[in-house]
Amino acid sequence: MINFSYSRAGSVAEAVGAKGKADGAGRFIAGGTNLVDLLKENVERPCAVIDISRLPLKTIEEAPDGGLRLGALATNADTAYHPEVQRRYPALSRAILAGASAQLRNMATNGGNLLQRTRCYYFYDVALPCNKRQPGSGCPAIKGQNRVCGVLGTSDDCIATHPSDMCIALAALEAAVRVSGPRGERTIPFAEFHTLPGHTPDIENTLAPDEIITAIDLPPSPYAGHSVYTKVRDRASYAFALVSVAALLDLDGDTIKSARVALGGVAHKPWRLPEAEALLTGKTATKENFLPVAQALFAGAHGYEHNFFKIELGKRAVVRALQLAARGTAAIKGVNGQTADA
Amino acid sequence: MSVLKSIFGQDVDTTSSTYLGKPTSRVDGPAKVTGGAKYAAEFNVPNLLYGYIVSSGAARGTIRSINAAEVEQVSGVVKVFTHDNAPKTAYLDRSHRDQIAPDSGSPFRPLYQAELEYSFQPVALVVADSFEAARYAASLVKVEYDLKPHETDLRANLGKAHPPTDTRAGYVSAPKKPRGTPDEAYAAAAHKVEAEYSQPIEFHLPMESYASTAAYGEDGKLTIYQKTQGVQNCQEYVCSVFGLSSGDVQVISPYMGGGFGSGLRPTYDIYLSVLAATALKRSVRVSMTRQQMFSFSHRPEAIQHLKLAAREDGMLDSVTHTAIEETSQNEEYLETVVNWSGLMYNCPNVRLDHQLVNLDLASPADMRAPGAVTGLYAYECAVDELAYQAKMDPLAFREKNYAEKDQNADKIFSSKELREAYRQAAARFGWKDRPLEPRSMKKGSDLIGWGMASGSWEAMQGKAAAKLVLTADGKLLASSATSDIGTGTYTVMTMIAAEFSGVAIEDVTFQLGDSSMVYSPVEGGSWTVSSVGSAVKTVCGELRARLFKLAGKVDGAPLGDATIEDLTFANGAMHVTGNPVRNVTYTEALRAGKLDRLELDTTELPQLAKQATHALYSHSSVFAEVSVDEDLGTIHVNRVVSAIAGGRILNPKTARSQIMGAIVWGISMALEEEGMLDDHVGRFMNHNYAEYHIPVAADIHDIEVIFVPEHDEVVNPLGAKGLGEIGMVGVAAAVTNAVWHATGKRVRSLPVTLDKLL
Repeated sequence: MINFSYSRAGSVAEAVGAKGKADGAGRFIAGGTNLVDLLKENVERPCAVIDISRLPLKTIEEAPDGGLRLGALATNADTAYHPEVQRRYPALSRAILAGASAQLRNMATNGGNLLQRTRCYYFYDVALPCNKRQPGSGCPAIKGQNRVCGVLGTSDDCIATHPSDMCIALAALEAAVRVSGPRGERTIPFAEFHTLPGHTPDIENTLAPDEIITAIDLPPSPYAGHSVYTKVRDRASYAFALVSVAALLDLDGDTIKSARVALGGVAHKPWRLPEAEALLTGKTATKENFLPVAQALFAGAHGYEHNFFKIELGKRAVVRALQLAARGTAAIKGVNGQTADA
Repeated sequence: MSVLKSIFGQDVDTTSSTYLGKPTSRVDGPAKVTGGAKYAAEFNVPNLLYGYIVSSGAARGTIRSINAAEVEQVSGVVKVFTHDNAPKTAYLDRSHRDQIAPDSGSPFRPLYQAELEYSFQPVALVVADSFEAARYAASLVKVEYDLKPHETDLRANLGKAHPPTDTRAGYVSAPKKPRGTPDEAYAAAAHKVEAEYSQPIEFHLPMESYASTAAYGEDGKLTIYQKTQGVQNCQEYVCSVFGLSSGDVQVISPYMGGGFGSGLRPTYDIYLSVLAATALKRSVRVSMTRQQMFSFSHRPEAIQHLKLAAREDGMLDSVTHTAIEETSQNEEYLETVVNWSGLMYNCPNVRLDHQLVNLDLASPADMRAPGAVTGLYAYECAVDELAYQAKMDPLAFREKNYAEKDQNADKIFSSKELREAYRQAAARFGWKDRPLEPRSMKKGSDLIGWGMASGSWEAMQGKAAAKLVLTADGKLLASSATSDIGTGTYTVMTMIAAEFSGVAIEDVTFQLGDSSMVYSPVEGGSWTVSSVGSAVKTVCGELRARLFKLAGKVDGAPLGDATIEDLTFANGAMHVTGNPVRNVTYTEALRAGKLDRLELDTTELPQLAKQATHALYSHSSVFAEVSVDEDLGTIHVNRVVSAIAGGRILNPKTARSQIMGAIVWGISMALEEEGMLDDHVGRFMNHNYAEYHIPVAADIHDIEVIFVPEHDEVVNPLGAKGLGEIGMVGVAAAVTNAVWHATGKRVRSLPVTLDKLL
């Protein structure tokens, strides 16, 4: 049998202590919606499973700076349907609801969402090489079935994407990840949380092995009135994004005071390019002004055999998302301006 | 009842019969929703061992070594079977051929040789005293290969295409010679279309994974609880492969969580469970993982080339249809792909050609409407293209070229209400308002398109038997070794037995799925009602005759000198029609004959003399509306209306469910399904439900099913043509034709994913 220890952490300090002791071979479990699958597939083989699901990190509360603090163990469903999230951060609510299924969202937690692993087919098939799963073994996805793989920030070692919807909205909102470890607490800006594959695709974020996510801080946002999450996928629900866009506009009449655009389904991390967003500052919210943003975002894109289309699709999705954002949050029903929600 | 009438059209037969034609809920419904229905992996027997299959990670090569001895040291492991130590089974290929196998060829034998045949084939079976131990030990199995180059890419191997050399029951090969002069007609025609259509490998993927629980009896006899569409096919196969006598093997399969053709042939789990059980003299269960469900059967990839031409007036004048499909290296999987194109519409000049390419993949297998779904997807799209060339409405084009007879066989149809199906479905859909030009309809950022197609499937009947046992309490037990793959066989057979025996339906039980029952062919090809149902009807007639004879012995002779024709049989009694007081109950008849039960069975054969002079087919007429996001290419199928001409509809409720399911699958084929094969490693990569896409609820919107009345006294004694396949034929073409009408773009490769529209 593959034996692993199971312990239930009574406090954050206990959780961190147990994880540190496991020395990289430990895994926290909360909702388990990704970890259990990976255990079944023999992709993850932890020696210690530390149950953190009872830690008091489930609240969604006002943050001191006027923003909102999302507990790491609040479920995706509770977060998406929280009235303050819906009112102040509608793109986040919609991004969460665009992902997975109702059952999964009821189990999945916010901290776990950040740490979910890629859905690259090769990562899941232990009969084949994968640099992320087994460093140095190779990346068959580069020449293989790479429809779900990335076109931005890829490397010769890995072209996998981060599969989250929620994280795309969090990136656009410039959330901060609060973590706790033996060296105390720290806050990681969202842009610095996930990493690009480079030569170490097995490393996916800047969380230390003995640290735990305790909360996600959302700063006050001027974007609530013009926030969208556009997700393009191969079926209307229960599919990962081919391309997704979180688009936020702060408008003064027709004039854009500031804009945020984050992309999903295209890279190893939520993709942002502040220079591209800056192109919109002071401009009117028109398709003509949105096009250069789309061009700039994908200027460095590199497609593979089965995903070249993501470059053109991504540009179109950016323009669509910004157009919808300009129309206003209230005018948009569900994802992509259509009525289907999840 | 008025609601039902509007749903089912005019065919709801509520008067002329007691049960048939009336919407009837599944008799097995309560067992299924309460967990009372047991499936193959749920039959627990004492001291059961668990087998876990190790699958190959490579496509071609030779197994150099497997660390079986090492893994056998793992706690709980009883045995690791590999090609090195597996007991020998029958030597001849012939002994491995089941009822559905091609007539020659070498059926796949698990753990037979060091040579690999395809990626994901079984290479070892770990047997342990718990599932967990077997599964864990299987993860420790290391197989080393000497790799060889593999070929899994159909397009790259088109040069190896060859006409089939094998044959198989039910396969109609393409006519050797063309009809008329298709090349000359094409050259001279006013309107022409030449195009290539491709469709990827698709998988059956029933919800229930294959499983086999082989219970080893004290007497050495095997009782095998098996997921299968044919218990007797499995039983014969096991006996033939393992050299067992038929009295020593019983195969049981009372319920099946979907089959769609994947369980027509014995699957490798039964081979492995029997191999282990007989070698270890222990009961063994072998079940497949979800990933392994991608490893033994599929609808073959197809590349089809079509040339169609019509005269100035829109009369179809030339059809050339070539289909190239893949098959494995060891067998020629044969399905009838191109012949439909010579059948659907009237055309004097036709050339049909079907070819195969052998690849390093598992053998394909029959998958819902095998061949017809493939051939008619391409043909019905090409017909749509030709109609547009001729500036004709695609429905008007089809009506103009309506086939009044089967020109392939030069036979008249036993019945064919396709014209009425066109009329009713088109009216319901509102087709008359369709603009001829594409890109004519828009709603917001969505382009709207309307498309249609038609379909056909054979109305087949095979030899089958049915048995009845009437007991003194007036209860009737009917049985046959058929299966219920979720289609409603239990229910419809109960209805037929009640209808023709005169026993009230609540007193009738139908049993199936046991190889010791009277003969039934596999459940597939839409022929179960036709074959088994006809046998049930006939044996019920014999039961009535026996009861009538017995009734003569009842004191006081209540029936007087009435003949059997004068009687009505209903509610467990017979009475003189129009005079219910003059009656004899079945219980009284049995008592008069001093019998506590009446047992009889009969074998029904198709009435070949009558059938041979006719073409026997069901037909479909499918209309679809799609909306396509102009910028992003996302497609939604807003509504589908399908009218089916399928003979007499025995249970409109399950019939409607069956057609709806088929339409959903047609949408799936059109827009979503694709076995993603990585030709570099020769392996399917999206081998799970998350990444092999089939529709979710949000993909499916309005679906309307119409049954068009058809009276047919030729197809079989019931007049029912079978509905398992026809609902799916034509759907993918209707959807893709609608996508063209919305966008003006002909996407000729399935699935029509959004990237193909950018």
